[in-house]
Amino acid sequence: MLSRPATQTQITHGRRLWLYVLVGLIMFFLIVPSLFVIPLSFSADRYLAFPPSGWSTRWYAAYLGAIEWRDATYVSFTAAFLTMIVSTVCGTLAAYGLHTARLRLMRLAYVAFMLPLIIPGILVAIGIYLLYAQFGLNSTMPGIVMAHSVMAIPLVVITVASSLKSYDMNQEMVARSLGASRPWAFLTVTLPQIRISVITGALLAFITSLDEVVISLFIAGGDMSTLTKRMFNALRDEIDPTIAAISTLLLLVSVLLLGAVRLLQRKSGRDT
Amino acid sequence: MRKTYGALAALDDVSLEVASGEFITLLGPSGSGKTTLLMVLAGFIRADSGQILFGDSDVSLVAPHKRNVGMVFQNYALFPHMTVAGNVAYPLKLRRVGKTEIGERVARALDLVQLSGLGERHVDQLSGGQRQRVALARAIVFEPRILLMDEPLSALDKKLREQMQIEVRHLHQRLGMTTVYVTHDQREALTMSDRIAVIDRGRFRQIGTPREIYGRPASRFIADFIGESNFLPVAVRDGQAYLGDKLLRLAEPLRTGEPSQLLGVRPEKVVILGGGDAGAHNVFEGMVREIVYQGESSLVSVTLAGGHELSVRQQAISAVIPPVVGAAVRLGLAPADTIIVPQDSPA
Repeated sequence: MLSRPATQTQITHGRRLWLYVLVGLIMFFLIVPSLFVIPLSFSADRYLAFPPSGWSTRWYAAYLGAIEWRDATYVSFTAAFLTMIVSTVCGTLAAYGLHTARLRLMRLAYVAFMLPLIIPGILVAIGIYLLYAQFGLNSTMPGIVMAHSVMAIPLVVITVASSLKSYDMNQEMVARSLGASRPWAFLTVTLPQIRISVITGALLAFITSLDEVVISLFIAGGDMSTLTKRMFNALRDEIDPTIAAISTLLLLVSVLLLGAVRLLQRKSGRDT
Repeated sequence: MRKTYGALAALDDVSLEVASGEFITLLGPSGSGKTTLLMVLAGFIRADSGQILFGDSDVSLVAPHKRNVGMVFQNYALFPHMTVAGNVAYPLKLRRVGKTEIGERVARALDLVQLSGLGERHVDQLSGGQRQRVALARAIVFEPRILLMDEPLSALDKKLREQMQIEVRHLHQRLGMTTVYVTHDQREALTMSDRIAVIDRGRFRQIGTPREIYGRPASRFIADFIGESNFLPVAVRDGQAYLGDKLLRLAEPLRTGEPSQLLGVRPEKVVILGGGDAGAHNVFEGMVREIVYQGESSLVSVTLAGGHELSVRQQAISAVIPPVVGAAVRLGLAPADTIIVPQDSPA
């Protein structure tokens, strides 16, 4: 297997060895840093130190017991939920509009939608902060939701647009000829068939908001501090393993949601 | 029923009246504007000018879902997330028909297209022909004023397509629903239609019954597009047509005012004459150049005395002795089949 080819044209595993090593290294550096927080969160030490000298769940208790952490968690999940609603509706409509309107302008509009993914987050954050200052939107829930939606909408647009590409728009035309108004045709015929990518986009939007740090640092202050912002501050003031415990929980939520996304995508792959 | 359309980019000043209950086919090559016209009828495309009248009411500005028009597409466009019965019930649900009545009408429609008992199937469990039937049932179940079909059979294989042509025709005869059918398949148009409107580059080139269109094509384009034709240049002198210096006997007077005209010859209308009397036939003499055996018939290529080629379709009947390559033959063409068409299609 390693040295002798089984057929004349086979590339032996030996000759491919360098590829395996490279992939192994990439996986290692991709995954291990995120896993580091897990042992840290179960540490019995008072400070973040690796490896921990003993084990305990006291930092989970510390997180769950502190009122300011609970408030921040509430803010974060509320923002994530609202962001999910806003960006799923806007992103799906945008993807549909971009798909159906066959105008040159639409390519430009598509690029515009993708801008938040391309521009460095810190620039977006500063811009949003200065803009919100004019309208008193800083440190308000609508402000956070709008800012997070800006980041999440492109993800919804991408997932929904890609499933619309393989969708037969004639179905909507038939539905309209059969007596359905255009919105109704969309709701009863198109949406049920692209629902998996819409749900996928929604979950991605939720995670995007939940994990967002940079913009939140600028615009989410006071009572409206998100979990990520408070973690960042805590990291600066006192380095205790509570943050590792929260990170582990956030990691768990993200992994579960992404797992759900993967499952949905596999399901939709079977359907079509 | 009267419909008028004005100038559209893809439709150039077309006007057509369809009688109630008529089966009319829009026949044309791809890009001729036939599908555009259908989309204008359905309301998905708005004409720049002109009117669409259903009966006495002007529907030019009416939204597609209020036109009460049934549509069948080439790719069926069934709703894959619904069952067969769900697909057929869709237009009835939109019209808030009662539940029991929906059940009855769906069953009746499925019965009409010979799909009784398949209502609970999912769309992906059906064959191509069955899917087409579902699409048809869905389009007729709400008794629309007009049924529009856009190349509905072109995705099917040849045998099934021919069977469905007859079936759609029978269905039309039973329901008497005004039908506008779009196709690029001339044989399909000839098989199914009460009337055919031949369309090319956004204009109607000829409108008539299949017999009229095939037997008396209005132009070279139509004679060429529908069926097979050989074209030979003719000279027109004093209202008579001459092939070389031979006067052609015609059943109808010549069209006047056309500068250059052609003799259009359908290969199957030509008979190979023996040595006997030619009767009233126009006679052409030539030499057999090639014989192509095609099963039910043979295509005999003949080089005429003037140097032109003429194809002759000879039915494969055992009693007929086929000519041999290189032999001299006399060909006969009845005056009624001697068609003179203008060189260019009327602009």
